[in-house]
Amino acid sequence: MRLAGKQKSILYHIIVGGLALCMIYPILWLAASSLKPNDEIFSTAYSLIPSRLEFANYASGWKGFAGTTFATFFQNSFYIVVISTIGAVASSALVAYGFARIPFFGKSFWFGCVMMTLMLPHDVTIIPQYVMFAKLGWLSSFKPIIVPSFFAAPFFIFLMMQFIRTIPGELDEAAKMDGCSKYGIFFKIVLPLIVPALVTSAIFSFYWRWDDFINPLLYLNKPELYPVSLALKLFLDGESLNNWGGMFAMATLSLLPIVIVFFIFQKFIVEGISTSGLKG
Amino acid sequence: MKLRENNHVVGYVFTSPFILGFLIFTLFPIISSLYYSFTEYNLLEAPRWIGLQNYEKLFMEDDKIWKSFQVTFTYVFASVPLRLAFALFVAMLLNTAIRGVGAYRSAYYLPSLIGGSVAVSIMWSQIFGDKGLLNSALGLIGIKTTANWIGLPETALWTLIALSVWQFGSSMLIFLAGLKNIPASYYEAANVDGAGRMRRFFSITLPLLSPIILFNLIMQTISAFMTFTPAYIISRGEGGPLDNTLLYSLYLYRRAFQFMEMGYASAMAWVMLIIIGIITLIIFKTSTLWVHYEAKGEK
Repeated sequence: MRLAGKQKSILYHIIVGGLALCMIYPILWLAASSLKPNDEIFSTAYSLIPSRLEFANYASGWKGFAGTTFATFFQNSFYIVVISTIGAVASSALVAYGFARIPFFGKSFWFGCVMMTLMLPHDVTIIPQYVMFAKLGWLSSFKPIIVPSFFAAPFFIFLMMQFIRTIPGELDEAAKMDGCSKYGIFFKIVLPLIVPALVTSAIFSFYWRWDDFINPLLYLNKPELYPVSLALKLFLDGESLNNWGGMFAMATLSLLPIVIVFFIFQKFIVEGISTSGLKG
Repeated sequence: MKLRENNHVVGYVFTSPFILGFLIFTLFPIISSLYYSFTEYNLLEAPRWIGLQNYEKLFMEDDKIWKSFQVTFTYVFASVPLRLAFALFVAMLLNTAIRGVGAYRSAYYLPSLIGGSVAVSIMWSQIFGDKGLLNSALGLIGIKTTANWIGLPETALWTLIALSVWQFGSSMLIFLAGLKNIPASYYEAANVDGAGRMRRFFSITLPLLSPIILFNLIMQTISAFMTFTPAYIISRGEGGPLDNTLLYSLYLYRRAFQFMEMGYASAMAWVMLIIIGIITLIIFKTSTLWVHYEAKGEK
């Protein structure tokens, strides 16, 4: 019986592990190709091992386009991600507390609007938003990308509400007895207790902002303003078309922050998806 | 009494970021979009009211839109069920206490995490290119082909579907959380009654997971309809070959921002919204037949 159990477990690792390897093979392949000499990328495409390590790909990719290097693109990405993440997490925390703890007139109506916004296809608002930002003179600046994030994101509101609901109401009551206002309760009691939810939201915000392609594509039309996601597209255009090595190198580099954050915060991410039951 | 009034004010203070944002960035745009859909509008001149002409053109004259519908429906109806099926299958495989299962979970989840990025779309277009990873691997097992899977009209869309299915990780994690909530005693009881593997799956697992399946189905369907980045990157913004990867969002983008037909594109957005609404409604209505609520457990 014991041996059968062991055999079963080996079989399990072969099947599940084999499948897992297939899943991450393309990613490994991307990273491996970024270190191969240009001619080798496609002649031995199946292989993960370069005949020699070609770090020159990173140098040639980093040069970027028409004088704008990837230093600028990464800087733009980090700038957009950090500011809009702070905005989204802070505003969503306020809103989540309001919905979770304060009975006010029209609450269920407005919460219905949160759920509606969550399910509303982006395509419906994209054109009028563009027109609006164009009229405000915000095109070719970071404003159309950053400013809306300060008005709370439905997904984060939802996620933080789930957390706030697990905090016992007696805690609020006790603080109220001690003369704490609702604002005091929020800042002194609730906020410290929902730190895991804040971290989870920040991580998701980081991912979505980092990967965001359509908004930069619409609003940023000068390469100096491009984030990494949009800059990568330039490898596919015109003259840069043959710098495969550089393209693979920068694509790999663009995934690096995502992967690093994932390995650091794995537990938060997995719990965030499981508890909120929403997409990741 | 005073306190109650206070609550109303405080409630609005806390929720004001959402309420303002909703009015400015959601409600106002929705109404404007509806208005634009009845106009001809190229951004340079003021919108000109043309009544239902955009909608007439959309349904009567625009051949590309029918192609785009066909491409989008194929994409959604192939990718969402396949994705959910994989997600459930792998979640069941990973729902054990065997050592190393955490590492596997990460490996299966990683593609979903990075899946929306431009880097992955670029990677995908190289994997399925004529000299890419796929053909190279096929060559190793003796199948010599120089097919450019991205460039062939018959297979181009399926490479996008494969990309979407590859990203089943987030649904998998949600299913995994659901599976963990099913009491082991149900399975033990079924074992005592002599129920086989299949019987246990159909009588216990599926019914108890059905609310989660419903939720996943709806959210994934909506986001599948909105797919843009991979189609844009892989087809270099064109939706080719022969419009075979012209997903609706991509076509809408081209109409709006390449041809500057804001009115027409707004009409397209509304048609899309109505279609998604109808599909969501059908899923909800038919869900009473297969979604099982009583045993959801106390929460």
